[in-house]
Amino acid sequence: MPLSDKRQSKTAKAPHRGIRRNLHDALGTGRGQFGFALVALVVLVAVVGPFVAPHSAVEFTTAPYASPGGRNGFLGGDTLGRDVFSRVLHGGWVLLLLAATATLAGVVVGAMLAVVAAYRGGWVETLIMRGVDVGLAVPQMVLALLLVSVSGASLWLVVFAVASSQGPQVARVMYSSTQDIVERDYVKVARMWGTPSLKVVRREVLPNLMSPLMVDAGIRLSFSIIIVAGLAFLGFGRQPPAADWGVMINENRLGLLTNPWGVIAPAILLILLAIGANTFTDAIARTTLSESQSEPEPTADTAVPSE
Amino acid sequence: MTLTLLNPEFQVNATASSGSHPILRMIARRLGLGVITVWVVTLVVYWATMVLPGDAATAILGQSATPERLAALTRALHLDESPVSAYWHWVTGILSGDPGISLVNGQEVVSLAFPRILNSAVLVIVATLLSTLIGISLGVVLARRRDTVFDHATSGVTLAASALPEFIVAIFVILLLSVKVFHWFPSVSTLNPGEHIWNEPSKMMLPVLTLLIVVTPYAIRMMRAAMIEALNTEYVELAELKGLTSRRILLRHAMPNALAPTIAVIGLNILYLAGGIVLVETVFNYPGLGQELVDSVNNRDVPVIQFLVLFLAVFYVVLNILIDLVVLLITPRRRVSR
Amino acid sequence: MTTNIPTRVEAAAIDVEGLTIGFPRSKTPVVFDVSLSVQPGEVLGIVGESGCGKTTLGLGLLAYTRPGLEILGGSVRIGDVDLVGLPVKRLREFRGNAVSYVPQDPASALNPALRIGVQLRETLQAHPGGMTSGEDVSARVNEVLEEVSLPVDRTLRSYPHQLSGGQQQRVAIAMAVVCRPRLIVMDEPTTGLDVSTQRQILRTVRRLNDEYNCAVVYVSHDLPVVAEIADRVLVMYAGRVVEQGPAGHVLIAPSHPYSVGLLKAAPSLDHAQRLVGISGNPPRPGAWPAGCSFADRCSRVTPECRESVPDLVGDREVGVRCLHPIPPTTNAASVGIPAAPPAATPAVAPVLEVTGLRANYGSSAVLHNLAFTIDAGSTLAIVGESGSGKTTLARCLSGLHTDWTGTVSYGQQSLAAAPSNRTVDQRRSIQYVFQNPYGALNPRKSTAEILEAPLLEFRKDLSRSQRRELVAQALSDVSLGTAFLDRYPFQLSGGERQRVAIGRALILEPDLLICDEVTAALDLSVQAAIVEQLRKVQDQRGVSILFITHNLAVVRSIADSCLVLSKGKIVERGTVEKVLNDPQDPYTIGLLRDVPRLGDALQRPSRDNAVRHSYVPPPRPEGPPQDR
Repeated sequence: MPLSDKRQSKTAKAPHRGIRRNLHDALGTGRGQFGFALVALVVLVAVVGPFVAPHSAVEFTTAPYASPGGRNGFLGGDTLGRDVFSRVLHGGWVLLLLAATATLAGVVVGAMLAVVAAYRGGWVETLIMRGVDVGLAVPQMVLALLLVSVSGASLWLVVFAVASSQGPQVARVMYSSTQDIVERDYVKVARMWGTPSLKVVRREVLPNLMSPLMVDAGIRLSFSIIIVAGLAFLGFGRQPPAADWGVMINENRLGLLTNPWGVIAPAILLILLAIGANTFTDAIARTTLSESQSEPEPTADTAVPSE
Repeated sequence: MTLTLLNPEFQVNATASSGSHPILRMIARRLGLGVITVWVVTLVVYWATMVLPGDAATAILGQSATPERLAALTRALHLDESPVSAYWHWVTGILSGDPGISLVNGQEVVSLAFPRILNSAVLVIVATLLSTLIGISLGVVLARRRDTVFDHATSGVTLAASALPEFIVAIFVILLLSVKVFHWFPSVSTLNPGEHIWNEPSKMMLPVLTLLIVVTPYAIRMMRAAMIEALNTEYVELAELKGLTSRRILLRHAMPNALAPTIAVIGLNILYLAGGIVLVETVFNYPGLGQELVDSVNNRDVPVIQFLVLFLAVFYVVLNILIDLVVLLITPRRRVSR
Repeated sequence: MTTNIPTRVEAAAIDVEGLTIGFPRSKTPVVFDVSLSVQPGEVLGIVGESGCGKTTLGLGLLAYTRPGLEILGGSVRIGDVDLVGLPVKRLREFRGNAVSYVPQDPASALNPALRIGVQLRETLQAHPGGMTSGEDVSARVNEVLEEVSLPVDRTLRSYPHQLSGGQQQRVAIAMAVVCRPRLIVMDEPTTGLDVSTQRQILRTVRRLNDEYNCAVVYVSHDLPVVAEIADRVLVMYAGRVVEQGPAGHVLIAPSHPYSVGLLKAAPSLDHAQRLVGISGNPPRPGAWPAGCSFADRCSRVTPECRESVPDLVGDREVGVRCLHPIPPTTNAASVGIPAAPPAATPAVAPVLEVTGLRANYGSSAVLHNLAFTIDAGSTLAIVGESGSGKTTLARCLSGLHTDWTGTVSYGQQSLAAAPSNRTVDQRRSIQYVFQNPYGALNPRKSTAEILEAPLLEFRKDLSRSQRRELVAQALSDVSLGTAFLDRYPFQLSGGERQRVAIGRALILEPDLLICDEVTAALDLSVQAAIVEQLRKVQDQRGVSILFITHNLAVVRSIADSCLVLSKGKIVERGTVEKVLNDPQDPYTIGLLRDVPRLGDALQRPSRDNAVRHSYVPPPRPEGPPQDR
């Protein structure tokens, strides 16, 4: 019978290997494959791009807003007559690096604060969560703008600004996840044994936080990309003449009618990246959701496995 | 940017303790906390705009500043006093309704910002109302038609759309509806001084549409998820076993219970819009708060930056209390203290 | 013994023929070929372990299936109409009207966003019958609320969360009878309620059943409850009916080995007995064997049992699906329930001595000045209803709740409130097992890792291989094989999880094991096995057990002495014999009176309406009945 087969195979597989298993399961779904493929494609363009670009990012090769084709290059010329195709290939990796670094920093710091607050309780919790509230009180884009405005646009400041706008968001979500887990009986057992807090957190709490953390990190990455590109678009990220997808969209806007590719090409890459990251995250979220649902309720006669 | 659609469990802290008026106590508590939050925000804003860059006046005016201008600026921002007393001047100024004057054109900050805030408010309100309407109705329909082709297609589209950067959406909207394919609406929303945006609704079309595209998918997804959850409950099963019509089960039994989490997300949407207008208004040259903020950051117009950021923080606090209040009122269970 | 069956004169309230429910695509059945009929005024009990298809069958009587399932065949007749295959629109005319349903958990089955009044009225408005005006509806609603003994106005205005569990269940029952149905299906309606509330609900059901002369199908895993209410009993196993007959027959002297197994697992309030669990789990749908589904767990199995599924021998009144049924003349005593061994001779030294214990939650006092001792090597049961403070007591002793005053002496030392202020040895020698086995194990750890954790904490002197040895030993101590080492909690059944949790506590060789309602979330057959497991461990290790429970019958089977807790005070104490046989406090007496007993099935008069109307439950003896 197919039903029992399914159960059996599920039992046979090494279960609950944490992140790796979730990623593996997510890649098994159509949604996950689609999302991963999009992200991989854009990352490939950004990383390999600089090595295969026909021109440098700042070389004047043609007339401003020259139409695509022939000597004008695959995607035509930009506002100053540089090769759009080459600038697209050059303009991704810094953006991705900034977004990834900022996300990593924001997620790590935010999650740490959340775990400490939820586990320790008392005045530590109050202090941290009030602080998080302050961080949430200013829209992320505005917070990033405010911090960047402090001393002009240095890339480190962009990372710092984006990370500190993401941290409170991560902390808010992870705080409630941690609270949920800290109340579980297996954590109470470890506390009763007098196990040191750090050990309890490492052994009992963190492994169960990885799934929600990963989902949240995925969402945060999508938003970081938007913010980093948005800052560049507003002129607070990398500065011209650097090739950067956000910068390109802004500086080529005036030529939208003559050669829209200067805007459309980086825009499409950013959109693909955002859609890919979001879809892949959604796939992971679905696998972690089905995981938590695989726990049957007690005595209810209803624990009939669905087909 | 606080949208966590993948985590529909949105905590609302109904921390009313036992007492005669739990709701009033909740409001009082939240207001108290909100005041503290805003106060800390003033510290952060002040620190970020004034203290950090060392000699603020030079940083603001650049190296080519004349001594006279430098002196005027120093007086305007109380830079010759200690940071504490300068901060004190600023805060008391705001509390008495005088946040100072713009460094760029010498206008009062309030009279400069107020029309901008109004214009932005119109944008946010229209976008919120429309996205709520679309989100709730489409969410209900999708939950009802769960797992049909229509549902799968819409789910895919909303998932993809909920990740789009708003300035890129804005540009594609311009391409499609203004300059390239159709020529229906103006791509730029500049206004003559003294003019209000609601007198020229065509200039609002594209910005509103952009915000809708960015925000509506969340409302749809949340309402769909909440409805599906509500339809899977035992009370819906019992309603079915009582022989009620599916229309009554959908609208009277499932929907009231699905509304609370959706309203929470709509609240988050509004907060997102408050940040999203920065980019969208810049693309469209829309004379609102966001564009003003970008301009003043570019010009280092410190009093204006301080005022606008603080305004957004107050807005956040008030809105959050309102959301919690609405959720509380439509969720009888939560009204009692635990 | 009442085995005489009255002759049928009226038409059955419901007539089910060959009902099969299962997964539509694979045709895997969950309920297979069930035929039954229930007469007006009759109560049919459906019993069986979790996962045997009781609920699916109960819902099937309304021609309803949970999402994913479908009715694959058979008929469900109400009068002349077959509900199976009826279009949804016609079906709605019957549901809630001719057949109604009372859910297991009214807290989640009543809509939290609607007032009770709305939810009651809408049922009536959906099936107006002869009612034309709003006043008619209101009058009827008021009437049923009075019939289930609820204050009319206040209830109508309330939201579900403003009512207690018992009140919510009364509302659900009122909702079920408001349209005067021919049949009410009740799915574990008293599970989770205190015994006194349960008793009242059962009485109400009985009374309405008489007054309306409607049929009742009562689904439950709790045999004594079924004994109290049912005229006839149907035993389900793996989706099939394995035995049916009058309650006095099936619940006292059953024929099917599975029914016997269920009986042996049910603790008795009236005499101490060793509980015998049924080893193994029921086969899942789709994994049913070719022969008798019970063969793998049966002691009377022969090779021919496995060849094909035995027929249900008999008719709709009395039938058994077994090749080797137990002869009907055998009674409970000769079914082979072993008597419990004599209580252990009390040791002299108490392991724990509590004096003047007071505990608070916030500003409210939960425990008032408790004093008691636990003797070494013995089991002390703490009995109380919900809100009695019994769990708080356990949490105080274990260090989970720290807001208490008083003295707890453990050996020569006194015990601090917080675990961090206790000595390492104190933390090791007092272990705690939680009620809910589903939350007690870290889902990310294998059984081996779970069992090893306490050793890593307390036995740092051990080498890896020594630890592994102890883990394997602990696993076999709780009757699990080494195959379980690599399993994760989600792969374990509730009983297996609870065994792992007990193993985790025992691996530290504690002196005191605090068991907080450890069997409350488990099936009776699993409860029996866990209780016996604890006894066995105690015999082998001499560990003292503090057994916290709401279930008086279990106390008989496990404890030596017993405390009855009510509203944070000890109202009765003594040996189990003394407390259960000769209670002094009115609270204990009431509690004992309200517990349903299997013997009730014997006292049920034959199903005759004339007799039933004059039926008054005989006054219960305060002590155990002398006739057994």
